[in-house]
Amino acid sequence: MDKDKRKDLIIALALIALLFVVVVVLEQLLPRTSMLFTVLKKGSIYALVAVSMNLLNGFTGLFSLGQAGFMLLGAYTYAIFTIPMEQRAVVYQYYDGGIIQFSVPVFVGIVLAGIVAAIFAYLIGLPVLKLKSDYLAIATLGFAEIIRALFQWDKLGGLTNGSNLLRRFPVFKSSIFPIAVSAICIAIIVLLINSTYGRAFKAIRDDEVAAEAMGINLAHHKRMAFTISSFFAGISGALLAMFQTTVQASQFKSAMTYEILLIVVIGGIGSITGSCISSFLFIACSEWWLRFLDNAETYIGSFHVPLLRPGFRKVVFSVVIMAIVLLYQRGIMGDKELSISGIRKRLAERKKKKVKP
Amino acid sequence: MGFLQTNLPYLLAGISTGGQYALIAIGYTMVYGILRLINFAHGDVFMCAALMVIYSASYMPLYISLPLAIVATGVLGFAIERVAYKPLRTAPRMSAMISAIGMSYLIQNLALYVTGGLTKYYPPVPFISDSIEIFGAMTKRVTIITPFVTLVLIVVLVNIIKYTKIGIAMRAVSRDFETAQLMGVKINSVISATFVIGSLLAAIGSTLFFSNYTGVTPTVGGMPGLKAFVAAVFGGIGSIPGAVIGAFIIGICENIIKGLGWTTFSDAFTFVLLIVVLMFMPTGLFGEKATDKV
Repeated sequence: MDKDKRKDLIIALALIALLFVVVVVLEQLLPRTSMLFTVLKKGSIYALVAVSMNLLNGFTGLFSLGQAGFMLLGAYTYAIFTIPMEQRAVVYQYYDGGIIQFSVPVFVGIVLAGIVAAIFAYLIGLPVLKLKSDYLAIATLGFAEIIRALFQWDKLGGLTNGSNLLRRFPVFKSSIFPIAVSAICIAIIVLLINSTYGRAFKAIRDDEVAAEAMGINLAHHKRMAFTISSFFAGISGALLAMFQTTVQASQFKSAMTYEILLIVVIGGIGSITGSCISSFLFIACSEWWLRFLDNAETYIGSFHVPLLRPGFRKVVFSVVIMAIVLLYQRGIMGDKELSISGIRKRLAERKKKKVKP
Repeated sequence: MGFLQTNLPYLLAGISTGGQYALIAIGYTMVYGILRLINFAHGDVFMCAALMVIYSASYMPLYISLPLAIVATGVLGFAIERVAYKPLRTAPRMSAMISAIGMSYLIQNLALYVTGGLTKYYPPVPFISDSIEIFGAMTKRVTIITPFVTLVLIVVLVNIIKYTKIGIAMRAVSRDFETAQLMGVKINSVISATFVIGSLLAAIGSTLFFSNYTGVTPTVGGMPGLKAFVAAVFGGIGSIPGAVIGAFIIGICENIIKGLGWTTFSDAFTFVLLIVVLMFMPTGLFGEKATDKV
């Protein structure tokens, strides 16, 4: 059995390595502006934040809607601390070059983004995590909005540049970077979920009272899940900042949290691989595959296809999402995971069936 | 007098926004009382009502298009419930909430498609959009009318809930869903009626709101919707007088904060209030005490 496990791990790692090679090769072959790379970059960033949200909603049973707020914290932290010294005067032109007069390397910036988001989450969690279900959702949503307002406040302009853009911080060019960072972070989350802490989280999700009776410290574990989830949301925020090359508080609206929540739901609440698959599908559908629907001048033969015009893509997309939410309530994966051992078992079963019909 | 003159416009605006929020908040609080569902699409229903007035007003006179749009909004509320929430009645509560978020996303995208992303302007409604002067402060007549319209509608609604058969059924369902069903209350028609009433009030609220702030964009319903929900929580979710009082408090505070020059925080304040209320009075001003049974 142990041998099998090791074999699966090797296959999984080999597949991941193969994926990276494919991406590298594709980057050499296709033009940089290809939509494929946009989808890969944005998809991996959303995969990370979706998995972090799943850790809360799916594994700990805490219905939180604060994800956009923590991404904002991460994005701003990264941007504020990594803008090169010589660019600060230009970026903070209305605030005398800003208060922070140093800059840190990219990786430190990313980790810092996570830490700042985690600290805020810890503080917010102290009062908020006592609340239950809907009330927790609306309170975390509220906190995200408060953070957004705070970052647009001109009195903090020396730090946040008020409601102006933050820009000229180091960004990535290759889509390998966000994929790698997200992959590492998701791997850490998976390890966490499989640890004793993960089991405690699941126990809290399934029955709070029973979990408490079994000696799990509810407040401690909830706070821990909330802080860790926000840490990774912060990192994905930093990646998003790098992807967009600019940061502005006004874009981190509650609509963003809703999108992430929909990704989690479509993937299956409580399934890490589901969240990853659905975030790539979601981004690919909304940004790439349905784009033809926005083209008003579409003809089939000489027939002018009606209804098509900019915006139709999003209507079709949201109808599809509604259909999934209503008809496949458990999402693509339910609460199962896609894994090598699972596939192997499937194949073995199929073989058995073939042998004795 | 000087103090009054500088602050009166904000106070008046606050009372009128409060009334508009109250009309939206009733829809939230009634639906939550019965289904235990935060109807995230309610703010978008409010926006749709405005769009319907705008589009119908270009084909027909306003005195036809306004009532027509209000009725159509009621139908929209009914349709949303049937499509998005009825199939999920036995599903976990989270599914219904996600369906509400999906519905809100769908309505916003539909609105974006129909308007082509342009800001549409609400047609001036005669009489209520006219400018008037009170104590030397210029304002629109709608500011003065709103609180009275709101109060009249609420008195009517409270009487409906108290004395009519459907009202009694609503109270029964919100007290205990399953027992009410066992007693022969037709759950589906009660829920539909709740959604229709909520949407009608939101439509009237939107007429008052957009007579004041005329720009209509697909996402314009989001913020008033969230604030109205906060008002409903503040007043104790499920309680109509609570929602109304909460809405007036939020409307007034928000405008006073704007008057003090803290416009950036006028939205954030609502949420601070929400969190403070949830911390110290989790069931709001007039909410029923909830107990957890194992």
